[in-house]
Amino acid sequence: MTIDLSLLPDGGVSWLDASGENADIVISTRIRLARNVAGYPFAGRARDGERLRILASVREAVHDAPAMREMQLVRVDELEGEDRRLLHERHLVSKELAGLDPQHPVRSGAAVFLGDGLGVMVNEEDHLRVQAMRSGFSLAAAFAAVEQADSDLGTRVPFAYHDEFGFLTSCPTNTGTGMRASVLIHLPGLVLTKEISKVLAGLQHVGLTYRGLYGEGSEVVGNFFQISNQTTLGRSEEELLEDLSRVVRLLIQREEEARRVLLRDAGYIIEDKLWRAYGTLRYARSLSFDEAMNFLSGVRLAVGLKLMAGLSVYTLNKLLIFSQSAHLSYAEGRALSESESNLVRARFVREALAAEAGTAG
Amino acid sequence: MLCDHCKERDAVIQVMQIVDKGPVKHNLCERCAAEKGFETTVSAPKSSLVEFLMPMQKALATSPSEIGRCSSCGSTLRDFQRTGRLGCAHCYASFETSLRDLLRRVHGNHRHVGKRYVTPEEAPEHAAVGLIDLRDRLRRAVENEQFELAAELRDRIRVLE
Repeated sequence: MTIDLSLLPDGGVSWLDASGENADIVISTRIRLARNVAGYPFAGRARDGERLRILASVREAVHDAPAMREMQLVRVDELEGEDRRLLHERHLVSKELAGLDPQHPVRSGAAVFLGDGLGVMVNEEDHLRVQAMRSGFSLAAAFAAVEQADSDLGTRVPFAYHDEFGFLTSCPTNTGTGMRASVLIHLPGLVLTKEISKVLAGLQHVGLTYRGLYGEGSEVVGNFFQISNQTTLGRSEEELLEDLSRVVRLLIQREEEARRVLLRDAGYIIEDKLWRAYGTLRYARSLSFDEAMNFLSGVRLAVGLKLMAGLSVYTLNKLLIFSQSAHLSYAEGRALSESESNLVRARFVREALAAEAGTAG
Repeated sequence: MLCDHCKERDAVIQVMQIVDKGPVKHNLCERCAAEKGFETTVSAPKSSLVEFLMPMQKALATSPSEIGRCSSCGSTLRDFQRTGRLGCAHCYASFETSLRDLLRRVHGNHRHVGKRYVTPEEAPEHAAVGLIDLRDRLRRAVENEQFELAAELRDRIRVLE
């Protein structure tokens, strides 16, 4: 089975379109709820047949719910490795569901239902991971979408729930609300002014945590941070969201201040550095992913500081996703070695920037 | 190149500081850089899960009655300790004391106060329970002066009423 992402509404990346609030600093907002179907062992311990029965009952519920009927089912367990990697790079499935870790290959029954800004992963660590993604800083909209999907599914499939502990999950770090809300935020100003360590250390004290671009265990590249709630029990969904929201608003404010300080105290150094980043992206013949991310971070900052005109944040957001290895292979229609990837990536970035270069500079 | 500060060890980190006159460059060794509070790298925590689950060691020792297997899926607390994952929803009942303790350590609380779930079989009473739940959340929102949230909850209550 080969995947055709063009069948998805907007390729499953409407959350990249920079239409949301504070889109120059916040790339996207994602909220997921972990749920399990009552009466079955959790996905890691369930037998193949049990996982397939879970998938069948979720499928029935999705078809029965008017708001979800149009969602497209992708059987992740029937895809080749490269296609699973593609879905993961596009943030449509987790690393675990895609079975990308050699020690944890893809499980039978692993699947995802995809709709516009909405996804339901089946047979991940939990039977269901319902998630909503939105552009920019949009916790309320993402929560409304995920809450609706959760109610639609929960009235059709019995969920594992405990009066005292709440929604029961495979890992106790998710028990309770089962909710992880995360905001993908770009903080180059705080990194350049060396304030970032203090800021990140402070997150822990308010029940929040940070990760890299790809969630748990991923490294921070290009000054992109995912800020999310650490705890899921003892506070309501709204309270958890309010805590996160308050801190993200503060982070945005601090980032804006840092950017003002940089421009004021080191204007020409910053300007030179950012134009050099643009120059490299615009003309380089080979780019590794990390390199591309770091230079894109610089260009994104330059656009935010209004040092460069004519470049859209949407284009920069798309480059984040589409310059990853599996996406480049997909676009080329063949598997690429690492060095080939670097050449194709440089060409892809050059062309994307050239298309918008009319007014930049 | 020697470290500008201790003049003993090799400088491995270049720090650019912005001061009034413009940028000033320092070449520092790793130790002096750390002493001056410069982070050399920013990386995501390796495994917050492991730290999270550390208290399990203690929890395991305190509940002799729970040594054994979950009567539903057959997994043990030792399996959980090894994998960080429980076997099934019934494990929460089988190892209730240990897990309550663990949840309290991990989340600072063991009592769910979020969305209340009603199974499809109990659904006819759903609207009534939902309303009680929403009123409860409205009261908390007002107490915490979360007025935007309170307004949203009040609208949802009106729809149900």
